[in-house]
Amino acid sequence: MNKKHLKEFMGFMLLRICIGIIGLILIIILYDIISKGAGKISWEFLTAMPRKGMTEGGILPAIVGTFMVTVITAILAVPLGMGCAIYLNEYVKDNKITRLIRMSIRNLSGVPSIVYGLFGVVLFVQLMHIGTCILAAGLTLGLMTLPWTITASEEALKNVPNSYRDGALALGASKWQAIRTNVLPYAVPGMLTGTILGLARAAGETAPILFTGAAFYLPFLPKSLFTQFMALPYHLYIMSTQHHAIAKVRPIAYGTALVLIVLVFTMNLSAIILRYQLRKRRME
Amino acid sequence: MKKYIRNLALLVSVLSFAVTNVFAQEMIQVKGSDTLINLVQRLSESYMEENPGKFIAVTGGGSGTGIAALINGKCDIANASRLMKDKEIAQAQDGGINPKRIVVAIDGLCVITNLKNRISKLTVDEVGKIFRGEITNWKELGGDDVSITLYGRQSNSGTYEFLKDMVLKGDYSSRMRRMNGNAQIVEAVKQDISGIGYVGVGYVKEEKGLTVLNIASQAGSEYSSPLNLNDVKTGKYPITRPLNQYINGTPKGDARDFILFELSEQGQKIVEEEGFFSLPDEYREFNNKALGI
Amino acid sequence: MTNLKERIIHGIFLINGLLVVIVLLGIFGLLVFTAIPAFKEIRIGEFLFSTNWNPTSYVKPAYGIVPMLVSTFMVTLGALFIAIPLGIGTAAYLSDVANQRVREIAKPIIEILAGIPSVVIGFLGIVLVGPFISKIFGLHNGLNALNGAILLAVMALPTIISLSEDALKSVPNAYQHASLALGATHWQTLVRVKIPAALSGIIAAVMLGMGRAIGETMTVLMATGCAPAMPRGFLDSVRTMTSTIAIELGEVPYNTTHYYALFGVGLTLFIITFFVNMVSDIILHKHERLMK
Repeated sequence: MNKKHLKEFMGFMLLRICIGIIGLILIIILYDIISKGAGKISWEFLTAMPRKGMTEGGILPAIVGTFMVTVITAILAVPLGMGCAIYLNEYVKDNKITRLIRMSIRNLSGVPSIVYGLFGVVLFVQLMHIGTCILAAGLTLGLMTLPWTITASEEALKNVPNSYRDGALALGASKWQAIRTNVLPYAVPGMLTGTILGLARAAGETAPILFTGAAFYLPFLPKSLFTQFMALPYHLYIMSTQHHAIAKVRPIAYGTALVLIVLVFTMNLSAIILRYQLRKRRME
Repeated sequence: MKKYIRNLALLVSVLSFAVTNVFAQEMIQVKGSDTLINLVQRLSESYMEENPGKFIAVTGGGSGTGIAALINGKCDIANASRLMKDKEIAQAQDGGINPKRIVVAIDGLCVITNLKNRISKLTVDEVGKIFRGEITNWKELGGDDVSITLYGRQSNSGTYEFLKDMVLKGDYSSRMRRMNGNAQIVEAVKQDISGIGYVGVGYVKEEKGLTVLNIASQAGSEYSSPLNLNDVKTGKYPITRPLNQYINGTPKGDARDFILFELSEQGQKIVEEEGFFSLPDEYREFNNKALGI
Repeated sequence: MTNLKERIIHGIFLINGLLVVIVLLGIFGLLVFTAIPAFKEIRIGEFLFSTNWNPTSYVKPAYGIVPMLVSTFMVTLGALFIAIPLGIGTAAYLSDVANQRVREIAKPIIEILAGIPSVVIGFLGIVLVGPFISKIFGLHNGLNALNGAILLAVMALPTIISLSEDALKSVPNAYQHASLALGATHWQTLVRVKIPAALSGIIAAVMLGMGRAIGETMTVLMATGCAPAMPRGFLDSVRTMTSTIAIELGEVPYNTTHYYALFGVGLTLFIITFFVNMVSDIILHKHERLMK
């Protein structure tokens, strides 16, 4: 082997080490959480209320709270995201306005989550007098998820062949009719994929809900949108930093972390499977 | 597919509107001090057991957070391990809130160090100097040659403010590590031989892993321990404080009921079980006045 | 009749589209509007250049953001120091060395890593990385800037990897063929031809990762110790702009100078991330034009 090839061998080995490190990081993360959290998972843990100052019992209110706030997030982010994508992709392809919109989307996706929280506190909690509750937190998360749903919906729309649109228009359909009957039905599954990924991210976010509605401890399940709520990511945060018996509740923290990542992974996985099936269908 | 989604979305929105028309749940919202949270949570659990149908939500965040919530109209009772400042009272009154104070327990603030530390007593002045960052090594006090590591709370903590006003009379050292709660300080000092921290007496109740320093009010006066019931109640231990709850106006209704429970024999027994000290008579009179009894 | 309906629908979608612009302007506007009252009491010079942040001081409230800025940049640059070589190396591996099967396993791994919530990463900073750091360096406590930098690197890596990989993939095949035809090895082609060609795309990827690190809240809140003083080194406890807002917003009564000042910090944060994202955008456009 001459010098050139030796260098190549070592170079590629270095690259292999890089990917190895990445894999190792993921394995360490998953191993730690699964091994220390699995012991806590039980039917009781998932369905019972916390007891004795949250040192015993379960995390049901956190699971329910996360679910409810994610629903509100979806209600805001999904239709508005789809609508924006439809405008960008179907109505006007490229002009000053669309470039402005796209620039705004990219910037919104880079805004720190705590800044969304600040915005939520001023706009929803104070100015709109909704107070700190599921609705305020959900709306804040919805705004944060909007760039994701727009981008995902646009991708899905782009994947619908132009012939579908042209075919409908040639038959005399109006623009909206063409979109409604010939584009959307084929784009929606793809839109769902990206949307689910965005919602998975929203479910795991803590900063936007810190001051817009997440609560330390509620002795009951939220029955309306205008009450505070417990949430899985916030619960993990307080169990590991602010609880008054941190060492004692460490196992509960691990259990909460495990439930949270299982939830996020399940959502991601269903989106990925959906994407895979769509790709297969498109190949046919 | 699209029709299915549209119908689903409609269903969800209709349901949520239906749900929001149900009453926002009637509950007593208690917020604030981390020193008090353990105690008040236990009190509220006991109260809710005896009064099914009543709900109390207790959350922490520090005395500052609780008082801010009271001022902002976001809670019914603010737990505070310090007194409200004049500025805060004025702000509350500006917003139409009239804060009334109830004392629920007495706390002897403990200065804690690691078991391996040879120092077992300090004067109030020395404590102040240490936390202001003027004394930086244990050897200056007769201990080992080890740099002092300070563990304290953050500015939302009533304990932080109380110590600052009563003992430091100045600002904390900027090198002090700001922990999120009493429990974190306990954990940190247990593991750090150079550490010193301050926590409410309820947090050292069952702790074998650290030293609770004896404190003297001045050089030359007697040292006393915060674990001594008498010393705390008679005020001989120099760093005692009332643990307070602030309410908007004279307590009424469910909140009043809960407060009366806290001050009752049953409630005060829970106070002692949690490691704090029950109320001496002068505070009972103070409370009665606030309650309008 | 249908024409009118069509025009109305077009209008609805137009408004929907403009919503994002309105939201972005709204965030900026609200931050500015809520932050301005702070500067009636605080001199801008003090805010921007003072090294003391102590709004609840016994003596005199101080509102200097320098310690926070330094903390933010310390953890960010530390994160990039780890994530740039690791990220570009992984991207290069995926685009040039890996076969299809490996790529199919690697992609999900990176997506899973990207999907882990920031609070979980912060949690691991407390329970895993912290004790590890304190053992290695003989410290009492492993919550410091180094911890934060490591965690932020983990969070920025997926962004850097996938965008760098895209950049490398978009280098025209002709470059690679020409280089190999001239007798270069694959490695030489990668290092001397492909990476330089994709450089602007890679830089854009890094800047986007940097923006992510600057704006991260929970991870640094949990793992860096949160001492508000000016940091002395990577093994010191630090408090970033995001942590400061997260810690103090809960305790501050609405509409006080302290409250407004926190929005001032939020505004600063917004401006910095906006700037980083804009630069990344411009560089990415340049890259796309170069590749065509």
